[in-house]
Amino acid sequence: MNQADTAWMLIATALVLLMTPALAFFYGGLVRSKNALNTMMMSYISLGFVGVLWALLGYSLAFTEGNNWIGSLANAWLNGVGLEPKGTIPHVLFMAFQATFCIITAALISGAIVERMRFSAYVTFISLWSLAVYAPIAHWVWGGGWLADMGALDFAGGTVVHVNAGVAALVAAFVLGKRQEYPSSSLLPHNVPFVLLGAGLLWFGWFGFNAGSALAANGIAGLAFVTTMLAPAATLVVWSFLDLFRSGKPTAVGAATAIVVGLVAITPAAGFVSPMSAIILGGLAAFPSYIAMQIRAKTSLDDSLDVVAAHGVGGATGALLTGVFAEKSLNGIADGLLFGNPGQLATQAIAVAAAIVYSGVVSFILLKLIGAVIPLRASESDEGAGLDITQHGEEAYLHVGSTSSRAEVM
Amino acid sequence: MKSIKSIVRPNKVDDVKDALAKLNISGMTVTEVRGHGKQKGHTAIYRGKEYNVSLLPKMEIESVVPDTIVDEAIKAIVQAARTGEIGDGRVFVFPVLESYRIRTGEKES
Repeated sequence: MNQADTAWMLIATALVLLMTPALAFFYGGLVRSKNALNTMMMSYISLGFVGVLWALLGYSLAFTEGNNWIGSLANAWLNGVGLEPKGTIPHVLFMAFQATFCIITAALISGAIVERMRFSAYVTFISLWSLAVYAPIAHWVWGGGWLADMGALDFAGGTVVHVNAGVAALVAAFVLGKRQEYPSSSLLPHNVPFVLLGAGLLWFGWFGFNAGSALAANGIAGLAFVTTMLAPAATLVVWSFLDLFRSGKPTAVGAATAIVVGLVAITPAAGFVSPMSAIILGGLAAFPSYIAMQIRAKTSLDDSLDVVAAHGVGGATGALLTGVFAEKSLNGIADGLLFGNPGQLATQAIAVAAAIVYSGVVSFILLKLIGAVIPLRASESDEGAGLDITQHGEEAYLHVGSTSSRAEVM
Repeated sequence: MKSIKSIVRPNKVDDVKDALAKLNISGMTVTEVRGHGKQKGHTAIYRGKEYNVSLLPKMEIESVVPDTIVDEAIKAIVQAARTGEIGDGRVFVFPVLESYRIRTGEKES
């Protein structure tokens, strides 16, 4: 047990937990005001349901030995997860750190189905998804499963978190169908400052996500911290130019999106690449996601907040580029294409493909199963009135006693 | 000249705008308003206390149109904004005495 490592991981865990409320602001600002609370609740509720399920079952399924595909129930109900060391930190702390990853991954999916999904169906979906999709894929990569054996590199979850959530988002947007008014110019963000606040807090929390994934207060954590700072910076620069060339103006929503894309892309590479490689990686990552967003806008796929372009495409780009820029001299694990090991790129591609296929198929099955019991969508009139009032009985902006509504105690 | 004031569901504004555009009515003023007619409102719960929110969000669309197309415009608005449920809103028509364009100061008829 190492006290410095433990101190850092306590903070890193809190930082990653903050990313889910940050995501709530990021997503909440991007929707219309009548759906602001519902959209934010879709992130917040994951802290509850997915957090509890992780302790009950998810952690054990992901991180106990089991077989190549899934862990066992040896640590279910946190049996045997105590103060003993796991690496150099307490086992319970390791469990909590990993919980924060599962929570935000499930919440990420919500961006694809906002403003129309029935809240109860959503909660059921992310609850089951965290066990049936997230836990197995986490096991494959980090829990000693088959992708770990193959040597796939995923420092902090490019494949496990972002490709996985991006694909589930694609499937969910497809199964749910588009919003009544999509595509229409009136589906605009109601609070862009919220979006910027969310992106800023995500970046802050992401230092815990990536540098914490070193699981120690050491040089690798320092490297991951720096690459997490530089890659999104480069993405932001490139994205601003892309915005400038395309529309003549660098947009604020674009800047917030660029930061997230850069963070997503560096996630699998954070502790494996040099700071200069991180800048190149971040800059390159802007292109596929930017193009994917332009293409998505021309289709009828209502991935409302571009989860697929930002997390799916950004995550896959980062995972593949990890196989290009990784340097064994930095952390002793593996070299990438540029450092004489082209096979790593192939391994990375297999890991991404496996996550796409598994997450795609199982997410689809889960949604169909839930849809057979609860309607996945809110009713048409509820969607029209907004999901804040109809799903939660609250409004985000209720000006009691001033110009609008007088609330009377019944 | 008549002023047509329509109070409609917020998600019907685009439809009304499109319907009026088809009649070449391009000028309008849109305001977020709250109110109620026969629609009862809804119950909100904050911190365990129930509140009756009786004033619901609506959009008010005001458009000044020539007398010759008033009937057509009303018909278009009603058609565009209707869902058939309580709470679809109202259309009010007022006479307009005079109208001036600020940029030029000229009086319009």
